[in-house]
Amino acid sequence: MESGGDIPEVPGRPDERDRPRVGVDEWVASVEERREQRGGFAAIGRRIDAVVPPWARLLIFTAAAATLPLWMDTGDLFVYGIFTLIYILLGLGLNVIVGYAGLLDLGYVALFGFGAYFYAILSSEHFGIHWPSAVSVPIVVLSTAALGLVLGVPSRRLLGDYLAIVTLFFGQAFVVFVNAANPRGLTGGPNGIADIDPNDLLGYELITRRQQYWFILAIVVLILIGLHFLSESRTGRAWRALREDPLAAEAMSMPVNRLKLMAFAFGAGIAGLTGCLFAAVLTAVTSGNFALPILITIYAVVILGGIGSLTGVVIGAVVINVSFQFLAPENPQNNARLLFYGTIVLLLLMAVRPLWRLAVVFGGVLVFGFVAHEVASRIDESWTAGAVVEGGRVAGVVADWVIIPAGHDRFADIAYIALIVLVLTLTRVRGWWRTLLTIPTVYLSAVVWETSFVEQPAVARWILFGALLVFLMTVRPQGLLGTPRVEIV
Amino acid sequence: MIVAFNAELFIQLLVNGITLGSLYGLIALGYSLVYGILKLLNFAHGDVYMIGAFVGYGVLTLLGGPLSPNVALTPLIVLMFLGAMLASGLLGVVIERFAYRPLRDAPRLAPLISALGVSFFLQNSALLLFGSQFRSYDSFVLGSKNPEFFEPGPLTDPVFVVKNVNIQLIQVIVLATTVGLMAALTFLVAKTQIGKAMRATSYDREAAAMMGIDTDRVIATTFFIGSVLAGAAGVMFGLLFSQVFHFMGFLAGLKGFTAAVVGGIGSIPGAMLGGLLVGLAESFAAGYLGGRWSDLTVFGILILVLLVRPSGLLGTRAIQKV
Repeated sequence: MESGGDIPEVPGRPDERDRPRVGVDEWVASVEERREQRGGFAAIGRRIDAVVPPWARLLIFTAAAATLPLWMDTGDLFVYGIFTLIYILLGLGLNVIVGYAGLLDLGYVALFGFGAYFYAILSSEHFGIHWPSAVSVPIVVLSTAALGLVLGVPSRRLLGDYLAIVTLFFGQAFVVFVNAANPRGLTGGPNGIADIDPNDLLGYELITRRQQYWFILAIVVLILIGLHFLSESRTGRAWRALREDPLAAEAMSMPVNRLKLMAFAFGAGIAGLTGCLFAAVLTAVTSGNFALPILITIYAVVILGGIGSLTGVVIGAVVINVSFQFLAPENPQNNARLLFYGTIVLLLLMAVRPLWRLAVVFGGVLVFGFVAHEVASRIDESWTAGAVVEGGRVAGVVADWVIIPAGHDRFADIAYIALIVLVLTLTRVRGWWRTLLTIPTVYLSAVVWETSFVEQPAVARWILFGALLVFLMTVRPQGLLGTPRVEIV
Repeated sequence: MIVAFNAELFIQLLVNGITLGSLYGLIALGYSLVYGILKLLNFAHGDVYMIGAFVGYGVLTLLGGPLSPNVALTPLIVLMFLGAMLASGLLGVVIERFAYRPLRDAPRLAPLISALGVSFFLQNSALLLFGSQFRSYDSFVLGSKNPEFFEPGPLTDPVFVVKNVNIQLIQVIVLATTVGLMAALTFLVAKTQIGKAMRATSYDREAAAMMGIDTDRVIATTFFIGSVLAGAAGVMFGLLFSQVFHFMGFLAGLKGFTAAVVGGIGSIPGAMLGGLLVGLAESFAAGYLGGRWSDLTVFGILILVLLVRPSGLLGTRAIQKV
């Protein structure tokens, strides 16, 4: 178009408020207004979310995160600080694929594993290769992105669910390959690869936890900035259009296939980078680090905060990792117990309205507990003879309140199944019935916690994660900070 | 290295593959039915199958355990099947009611993630309740006169022996049960009123609802039927391989889904054909290439079929309309 003469000036980008919004008519807009007027904790959170600009959020996050090593000891910094950052990175990568482009990738954790293993091969004692990070990390990131691209190729032909299963198979195949196939000792089989070099900054090795933490934090901040601009860019908007309606996007002549592949490559690249950092921090990799449970955890991170929201991923990672570490088997039980009862109180505060009904529930639960404990001990001493697992300030109170039997083998199992039935029933009833039913449900969950979850915190946390996914999907599919879509068909 | 063609090994692998395949076929039917009606990939299906296997074990334990059952062999096995099928069927209905129905009109991602959550929840609940150890059906001593001395019971009796090929009674039972269930399902879908409603709902849910079909009930029934089949498959697995454990549903579910896709998802004979193919592939790969390659072979078949014929062998190509 050279002979066009005067080219009309491209109009400047309109202000956010004045910009026409696709698919939003009067009714949809009124729904959003009503939503803004609604009260409650979630609404307050969303209002804060809407007011604080992105740069301020980043500043708050960076400031808070950067001071962490100043008051935390090394062990805590490792499990609470570094792991949270790793989860943030993983969540950000998955967010590009699932959150922006809407592609259900269940082989994501294998890309993370590929990055970690590749870095381990390039910089460790395993083959005696010790490439500096400045060389090995870019190679790993690029090849992971390429692998993501290859994995994305079937997505051109496969609809959502088929893609999910193919990628899930890929994840499974990766674990089998690393563990069992292990050609020429490449991956070290079940033993994995040990003695991995730490990352280095142009020759300066990052050995202490503090150095590693700040290094990873810097990378997280850089990626957050990059992703913010990416999501506001033409590509970012195209991804979201693709997520909402692939057919319409194609009809608008968007290169759908290329966009999908780009999302795969981008997410994979971030996963590869995270793999490098993870392997370097842990100094050893085994296939167990990249199995299905970790995938579920990353999904929980992305979904809890709200699919597609960067702030959401950060919050999700902090919440998930901290609760995850509280429920770690080697952690003293008092942390886990505090977290558990704290969460229940918080849930009740959020869910039960009005206040006097809340008071009924709290009072009811307390009375119910003491009565049940008394009745059980009158029937037979053995019903309340069980010992409370040690630790924490709450333990003393719990002993006189929760039924912990000694010698009744199946009690814990029956209580667990009864709790599932009660919780499911609770979702079906309304009004006073719900309030009344909440009382035994809360009490029973305390019983289940003290009789079986405390014994196996590792299993308990997976159960809770699984339940969390279902709960979030049925109650708030858009996550804590996402905005629910209103559409008219 | 060229191994002389060994006809006996070949036939033995063929028989094992067909048995395994009918098991996968039953799981695949559950996927296929649900996918056909809801377009939902039910990740939790494999775990329903696992729970079915455990319920079968529970019934066995309740009736005195494998070493000293209180009832004769035939009613014992019938009761195990019935118990597992009923329990799995109910579990399927409950899962649909609480994890999928609220998401009927949600974006497609939501029910998939919910299904993932259900699967994870069931797996770890089983781990919490039953522990991580393998539970044994001890099917080789079931019905034996001297089970304490591990004298083989009638289930492992060869009913057909030629040279080194032997077909055990249990394999015949599995095959016969599968064929029976298949026939029943085909009859149900093709001839009965609920089957007609299922076909209508699968064709167009909204239109079916407008024609007065209670689609929610039809969907619940579909989940019930699919889960019943998975429960039966779970007991079959327990009887064939004599062990059940909390993680068995994951891989079996993946293979069942592969079978459904290979055969053409949404097609009942396709699911059975796919199941047979996957079972045979796994059996032959394990026999000729070694056990560690069997899973990767199944995976390779899936990719190959998806690339050549994305709608599966017996599936009809779906035309997407806007």
